[in-house]
Amino acid sequence: MRIALFVTCLADTLFPEAAKATVRLLERLGHQVVFPADQTCCGQMHINTGYPDDALRLVRRHVQAFAPYDVVVAPSGSCVGSVRHQHAAVARRAGDERLASRAEQVARHTYELSELLIDVLGVTDVGAYYPHRVTYHPTCHSLRMLRVGDRPLRLLREVRGLDLVELPDAEQCCGFGGTFAVKNADTSTAMLADKMRHVLATRADVCTAGDASCLMHIGGGLSRLRAGVRTVHLAEILASTEPVPAGGSTSEGGPVRAPDREARR
Amino acid sequence: MTETFLGMPATAPAGVGNLRGDEPFPVAARRALADAQLRRNLRHATGTIRAKSAAVIGEVPDWPELRAAGRAIKSDTMARLPELLEQLEAAVTAAGGTVHWAADAVEANRIVTDLIRAAGADRVMKVKSMATQEIGLNEALEAAGITPVETDLAELIVQLGRDRPSHILVPAIHRNRAEIREVFLREMPGVDPALSDEPAALAAAARRHLRETFLSTRVAVSGANFAVAETGTLAVVESEGNGRMCLTLPETLITVMGIEKVVPSWDDLAVFLQLLPRASTGERMNPYTSMWTGVTPGDGPQAFHLVLLDNGRSAVLADEVGRQALHCIRCSACLNVCPVYERTGGHAYGSVYPGPIGAVLSPQLTGVEENASLPYASSLCGACFDACPVMIDIPSVLVHLRARHVAERRAAHRTPSAEAVAMAAAAYTMDHPRLYAAAQRAAGLGRLAGRALPPPLNGWTASRDVPAAPPQTFRQWWAERRSES
Repeated sequence: MRIALFVTCLADTLFPEAAKATVRLLERLGHQVVFPADQTCCGQMHINTGYPDDALRLVRRHVQAFAPYDVVVAPSGSCVGSVRHQHAAVARRAGDERLASRAEQVARHTYELSELLIDVLGVTDVGAYYPHRVTYHPTCHSLRMLRVGDRPLRLLREVRGLDLVELPDAEQCCGFGGTFAVKNADTSTAMLADKMRHVLATRADVCTAGDASCLMHIGGGLSRLRAGVRTVHLAEILASTEPVPAGGSTSEGGPVRAPDREARR
Repeated sequence: MTETFLGMPATAPAGVGNLRGDEPFPVAARRALADAQLRRNLRHATGTIRAKSAAVIGEVPDWPELRAAGRAIKSDTMARLPELLEQLEAAVTAAGGTVHWAADAVEANRIVTDLIRAAGADRVMKVKSMATQEIGLNEALEAAGITPVETDLAELIVQLGRDRPSHILVPAIHRNRAEIREVFLREMPGVDPALSDEPAALAAAARRHLRETFLSTRVAVSGANFAVAETGTLAVVESEGNGRMCLTLPETLITVMGIEKVVPSWDDLAVFLQLLPRASTGERMNPYTSMWTGVTPGDGPQAFHLVLLDNGRSAVLADEVGRQALHCIRCSACLNVCPVYERTGGHAYGSVYPGPIGAVLSPQLTGVEENASLPYASSLCGACFDACPVMIDIPSVLVHLRARHVAERRAAHRTPSAEAVAMAAAAYTMDHPRLYAAAQRAAGLGRLAGRALPPPLNGWTASRDVPAAPPQTFRQWWAERRSES
């Protein structure tokens, strides 16, 4: 299947490993990944901060970039949530009904990674190997805007070597909320403190999630505490495979290797 | 039927009532967050209610359909509010009641004060009511020399403690039983000095204190949870029975009701009486549901006055996106599931309507500019939308109000805010991929060691590290990889 990668501005700029892992994973599963170069940002930050008029041009750009593709995937529940639940509304608010219906068309073909794997590609065992103790934080937008449910957990349960531990009060927000983390930094930090307390209680080595933004928040807090727990995007875990004896490049995160570039051809 | 012109939609006037805080949410929240006892009390109380409510909602197989019905009835009601209110007025009048229309808090307070004076009373007992808290009725009555006595246990605790309510349903949620015992010992006349902090002992002390009030007070003031337009029937839903005492024992009953509380028919009421107790207190059925229609000779109050309160509601109704905030049935489910409310408590919101629903309702009632920090007091996690028994899409309304705030600010000021400039610049850059790629690279190169960013980003670095910049962006990696292959 030919799949267009909606990389998201955050993964593109700060967390490219999550995006690279998405590419490696899908190629390993035998699919062709394309990267529409005109994409930049979905505009969610503008919309959620009160600037839908500024977001309009980004919605238009996003729709133009992804309209030609039948299947679009993003390693982010939040950005897919914006595409699905906000883009058409931003266009309609500006009186652009044509853009709104095109945005709805794009939204219908846009999937968060776990949705794509399970609902579209029909796979739960992606052949991954990740020998670590891992806890999963369901991000608010994947949980409540997209309703991904237990899809990420079903994928993680099939990963060989992975010890999955349940996160207490998992469904409570980590306190990120985009500009909320800056405008209401104290409240955000209080929420983060409780989330970190729960993560540490699991004694996991790794906290994973489907959104780089929430992981940046949780990871930024854990790093400040020197807590010794890493945050790793779900895509990176699913892209990790058993070490191959010779050659091959090592992916981020220890003894885990991605297949050779040649192997993907 | 009287023809009353309510005027063009006006917002709730300033200087009266309790819809505006003294300081912005982040400032008030900071103080609340430092109160460890408050955090403990809130975590315990909201956690308990959440679990109880989730359990009884889980028993109802058609909960989603009930929610959808609740939303549909409210949408229909709002679409023909004037007609339903006039129908209600006619029915109440026909049943022997008197209907008064109050455009705002000032008018409502004056109407109620005049009615109490006309009844020759200098003391009234009150049923727990959000509408009268909203308009600051107690303060207005006290200024007129009339003593209001709150009879809801939690409202009594708040009143005796000269405190403010911090929750719609559980106004003293920020207090634990040890603190309540202290308030009683300090403020309740004739209280047993050996009073323990056992809930039953505290309730018994309040009961003794209130019984005298119930039997000796001739005028009561209540709010209303619902009013059925077809018959003119008012409904008050409560858990203690103290409300029923107030609604049945006095000679004169005055009910102050927000105009959005009307429902078309008894069939519609049935939907809300199923939704409300499970969503609010986690009860299967509400313990005391009092309903009355006008005046019944020889039974209950012989004079009944209904004050229909606008106080900004017509202005809310005028906002196509925001008007769904008027669907609220004051169950508090959104407060109980909100991670922000759980940590800051209700006082930080400034208004009597705290939590997620308050963050969308208060700014619309007052005008966004006067509660400008509230639409931002949410991480948009969406737990409130899931919990709402009438499916108010609170996150979408919050985002909508942020846009309204930005637009109103833009219209009122000649120079754009720093944030507006930054947002416009970011949107421009992101709409030009070459510029965008250059900006990405600059971000990577220019990153200082990530522990202290300048304002406003120092809010981030106060408690979190900034991620290290990767050696290359994804699109650089992609371009390199393509050229290699």
